[in-house]
Amino acid sequence: MKCCDSTHCDFTQESIAGGVSRRDFMKVCSAAAVYMGLSESFGPTIAEAATTAARRPPVIWLSGQECTGCTESLLRASHPSIGTLLLDLISLDYSETLNTGAGHQAEEFRAKSIEENTGKFILVCEGSIPVKDGGIYCKVAGRTALEILKETAPKAAAVISFGSCAAWGGVPSADPNPTGATPVYKILEGTGIPVVNIPGCPPNPYNFLSTVLYYVTFKKLPELDDKLRPKFAYGRLIHENCERRPHFDAGRFAEKFGDEGHRKGYCLYKLGCKGPETYNNCSTLRFNDVGTWPVNTGHPCFGCSEEGVGFKAPLHSPAEVLYVTPPAEFVSAPPEKGKGASALAAAVGGAAVGAAAVAVGSNLGKKDQDNKEN
Amino acid sequence: MEVPLNAQYIRNMIMGAHATHDHIVHFYHLCALDWVDIVSALEADPRESAKIGQSLSDWKRNSYQEMKGTQDRLKGLVNSGQLGIYGSGYWGHPAMKLSPEVNLLATTHYLQALEIQVEINKIVALLGSKTPHIQNLAVGGVTNAINLDSPDTLNMEKLFHIKTLIDKVDDFVKQVALVDVAAIGAFYAEWTGYGAGVTNYLSTPDMPMDTKGTVFDLPGGYIPAADISKFQPITDFNDSYFEDNVKESIKHAWYDGDWDRHPYKEETVPKYSDFDDNGKYSWVKAPTFLGEPAQVGPLANILTMFAAGHKPTQKYATQVLETVSSLAGAKVGIDALHSTIGRIACRVIRCAVLNDTMNNQWTALVNNIAKGDTTIFNEPVFPKGVQEGFGIHEAPRGILSHWIVIENGKIKNYQAVVPSTWNAGPRNDKDDLGPYEASLLDNPVADPEKPLEVLRTLHSFDPCLACAIHLVDKEHNEVVRVKVL
Repeated sequence: MKCCDSTHCDFTQESIAGGVSRRDFMKVCSAAAVYMGLSESFGPTIAEAATTAARRPPVIWLSGQECTGCTESLLRASHPSIGTLLLDLISLDYSETLNTGAGHQAEEFRAKSIEENTGKFILVCEGSIPVKDGGIYCKVAGRTALEILKETAPKAAAVISFGSCAAWGGVPSADPNPTGATPVYKILEGTGIPVVNIPGCPPNPYNFLSTVLYYVTFKKLPELDDKLRPKFAYGRLIHENCERRPHFDAGRFAEKFGDEGHRKGYCLYKLGCKGPETYNNCSTLRFNDVGTWPVNTGHPCFGCSEEGVGFKAPLHSPAEVLYVTPPAEFVSAPPEKGKGASALAAAVGGAAVGAAAVAVGSNLGKKDQDNKEN
Repeated sequence: MEVPLNAQYIRNMIMGAHATHDHIVHFYHLCALDWVDIVSALEADPRESAKIGQSLSDWKRNSYQEMKGTQDRLKGLVNSGQLGIYGSGYWGHPAMKLSPEVNLLATTHYLQALEIQVEINKIVALLGSKTPHIQNLAVGGVTNAINLDSPDTLNMEKLFHIKTLIDKVDDFVKQVALVDVAAIGAFYAEWTGYGAGVTNYLSTPDMPMDTKGTVFDLPGGYIPAADISKFQPITDFNDSYFEDNVKESIKHAWYDGDWDRHPYKEETVPKYSDFDDNGKYSWVKAPTFLGEPAQVGPLANILTMFAAGHKPTQKYATQVLETVSSLAGAKVGIDALHSTIGRIACRVIRCAVLNDTMNNQWTALVNNIAKGDTTIFNEPVFPKGVQEGFGIHEAPRGILSHWIVIENGKIKNYQAVVPSTWNAGPRNDKDDLGPYEASLLDNPVADPEKPLEVLRTLHSFDPCLACAIHLVDKEHNEVVRVKVL
C-alpha cells in the first residue's frame, strides 16, 4: 500500500539515488535501531524493510483546542480497528494522546518524520486554533498551536480537519468566542494546501477512517462539497434518511420525553430535532456498531456537525426545514396492481402519476441543486 | 428536583461502563507502556509467557498461540521500520524491570484490551446513543423511552444486549486486568514508596438508587492526611459539608487578580503572563477543600469507599493486595496504595467494583420496569429570582462538580471544578503544592535525558490534559523539559 505515487513513497530509494552511500545508510539505520531501543543488530533488518517493503503512509496528528473526543472515537471503531489501523495501515508518527514517548523524544520523532516525509504525510488536525492575543490560549511545548500548524501544514500532502472544532470552530468558537477559536481551513486559506473537513462532535469514526483509506487506496481525496466535506458522508440531510421520517410526513410527533408519541417512536421535530438542517450520515451509518444514534435513543439531533446549528441554536428550538419533500399522500411512482381496476381507470391513473412524477422530479432537482447536490 | 428511578439506573449504567472503559484504556494503552517494554517482548519465549499467564489466571486467552501471535505482530511492526506511536518510547530504559516473557504477556493483554474496550463502549452507545458524547440526557431524566412492545425504544432486545456486554467485560476485568495490575505492582514493588504527594482524599458518593440523590450504591467522602480512621462521609447530592468547603485560588494561575473564592463567587478573566515560577504559571486554578489541596481520582475513591465499609471495594482491594503480597513474597497492606503504583492499582480495582455495580443497576432497572414503571423524565420547572446550585459526580479522574448561579432564568455564573483541576492545580493561596507537584518530590530519575519515572508518576493520575514538567538540576540549570501527554 502506498500513500501516493511511488516516487514519493519510496523515499529511501530517493535518498540512496541522491548520493547517500549504502554504508552511510546502514549507519543511519543502526542509529535508528539504537534510538528505538533495539540492539544494533536490528539495523540491517530495518534497512531491508525500508528499502523493500511498502511503507505505511505516515500520519502526523496535531491537537489544538479540543477534548480528545475525536481521538477517542477512533478507539471505538471495528472496521478497521485501532490496532489494525496503527499496526498495519498507517504509521502514526505523532499523536499527543497515543505517543508512548513524551517531551523531547516525542517532538524529535515528529520533526524527523516530517523531514523525511515532506509532501507525503497526512496531517490530521483535531481542535480549533485560537488566534486572539497572538494565539497564546493554546501552546504545546512552548509554541502556539497557530505557529505549529502554519509550520507543519505546508509540508503535508493533505490536511484532514477531524471534528467540528477543527472543521468550523465547534465548541471553543461558541459566542463570545473568547480565544478567537478559528477553523483550520481558514488559517490555511490561499495556501493551496488541500483540506478535508470531517465535522461532528465527535464525527463518526468511519467517516474519518473511510477518508484516510480512500486516500490510501485510490491515491486521491474523495469528492468534497462546498464546505470541504466528503460527499459520501455529508451528501444528504439527516432528515432524508431518518427512520422516523414517515412520522414527520404523517404529522405524528413526540411532544415531551416519555409521552405516548415518544414511547411509540414518533418524530422528534417538535422537541427540537435539527435533522432537517444538518448534513450527515448518522441516520444510515449509526454509531459504535450497535445500530444506535441520537434519534434512536429518543433524543433530537442537535446539529453537532453543522456550522451555525450545533452549539448555536438552542437544543429544543425547532429547526429550519431546508428541504421540504412531498407528503405521504402523494401518489407513488409505480402504478398500483390492484385487482378489478378497469383498463380506462388504469390509463387515467397512469397519466396522473406521470404528471405528478414530473412535478416532483423537477422540484427535487431544483432543491438538490440548491443544496449543492450537483 | 427529583429524577425518575429508571433514569437514575440508565444514567448509572452509562457512568459505570464509561468509567470502566476509561480506566481500561488508561491502564493498558496510556500508562502500561511506562512499565512494559514491548521491544523486549521480541526476545521472549512465547511458551514461557503462556505458562506464566496460565499460572496467574483462568483467562482463556493466555495460550501459546495468543502469545506467538502478539510476538509475530510486533516483529512485523519492527521489521517495517516504522514504529509509529511506539517510535518515541523509552525501550531498553534502565527502569524497565520486567522479563521478556512478562513483557510479552502484558503486550498480549494490551492488544486484547483494545478489543474489549470497544465492547464496553457498546453499553454506553446502546443507552447513550453514541460514544463519546452521549446524547440521551435531559434535565430531569433521560430520553430513552421505555416500551417493551415497540421496535423504536428501550426494549428487551436492547436490555439483553447490555447484559451480555456487562458479563463479557466482567470476565476481562476480573481475570485479566486485576491480575495484571497486581503483577505489575509486585514486580515494581519499590514504587509503592514513591509518588504519594497530597494525601487528603476527596470523593463523592455516586450511583444514586433513589429519586432524590440520598441513597447510593457507591459511598464517598473525605479522608484527611492519609488517616482512614478520620473518614468523613458526604451523605447526599445536596450535602453542605461539600458545598460549603470548596474554594479555588488564582494566586498562581493566569487569571486577572489574586483571590481565593467559593465557586459561586468566582469569575474567569484570563490574563496570560508566561511562566513565572514565583508568580503565575498555569491555566489551572488551585482548588482546596477545607482550605487544603486534595487528591481526587480512583485512589481517593477506593480509599473512601474502603473506609466507608463498602463490601465489594474491600473485597477487590484485599484481593489485589493479597496477590501482590504472594507474588512479591512480602506482606503489602493498604498503606501501599498511597503511591504511584497504588494509584494505578486503584483504577483497576475500581473497574471490578463498577462492574458489580453495573449488574446491580441492570437488575434494578429490569425489576422496576417489571413493576410497570416506565417513567423516564420529570419536566423541570426553573424557579424565579436568584438561584445557586451545584451538581457532583464521581468521574473517571475523580470528583467533578459544576456550580451555577441563575438570576431570573439566565445563567449569571457557571464554574466547573473538574478532577484534573484538583490534581494538576498549581500552588494555592498559601503556596501549598498541588497533588501533581507534591507527588514528584523524591521520585527517582535514572536518566535525566529520559525521565521515564516522571511519566510514571504523572501518568498514574491519568491527566486529562497535556502538562509540562521542567527537570532542573541542583544548580538550577534546566536539564530537560518533559511534556506529559
